Amino acid sequence: MAKNFRTPLKKVRHLGSAKEGVDHFIMQRMTGLANAVLAAFLVWLVASLAGADHSAAKTLTANPFVAMGLLLLVVSGTMHMRLGMQTIIEDYVHNEGPKLAALALNTFFAILVALACVFSILKLNFGA
Amino acid sequence: MANTHRERPLSPHLQVYRPLINMVMSIVHRVTGVALYVGTLLLAWWLAALASGPAYFGYVADIFGSIPGRIVLLGYTWALMHHMLGGLRHFIWDTGRGYDLTTVDRLSWGTIVGSLALTGAIWFVALR
Repeated sequence: MAKNFRTPLKKVRHLGSAKEGVDHFIMQRMTGLANAVLAAFLVWLVASLAGADHSAAKTLTANPFVAMGLLLLVVSGTMHMRLGMQTIIEDYVHNEGPKLAALALNTFFAILVALACVFSILKLNFGA
Repeated sequence: MANTHRERPLSPHLQVYRPLINMVMSIVHRVTGVALYVGTLLLAWWLAALASGPAYFGYVADIFGSIPGRIVLLGYTWALMHHMLGGLRHFIWDTGRGYDLTTVDRLSWGTIVGSLALTGAIWFVALR
């Protein structure tokens, strides 16, 4: 192997903190706070829809306030669950390759669920 | 070099502790988080069914209304309530308060008792 002329300082530069550590903590709590409020909304909505037929359920979810509540819940909820699962993956998956794959899958799953819900809610409000 | 691979002492972990209520609630908080993560598929499925039309919505509503479907939804309700109360407990700890052992135990018991009570209340109202 060729001699490495890089100084120890050169080797460690830019490998430190990304200065984004608190972002995860704050977002987890902000979305958690929002979810606590939106959970009450979800409970009310599901209780109102218990046993409802298609037209009744569609009428209720096509109400703009209900639709906005659902959109807030979906966005805040999927952000929160992605951050939470990220923590779990980082706790238990230590090999770099599987860890990166799991983190990517986690992000894809969260976005897919969010998009499926958002698309459905918008279709219920703007679609035929 | 017979002793090279001698077992080194490990820091104490799950299997050497008698289960304590705060430790059990911490584990359950994570487990319910994972359950809710997977459970968002139920919300996405229900919204997509509602958006797709009466025929498919009826099919999905029958599955959710069946006995196994109701058991899953009951479990989902409890997981949501437990994770929410656990999150609120963490908000108290985030302020630096409630770290003495008596309060920790009370908050932990409050999480499990409160989550069961809220789940019961929600289903009582929904099935009334």
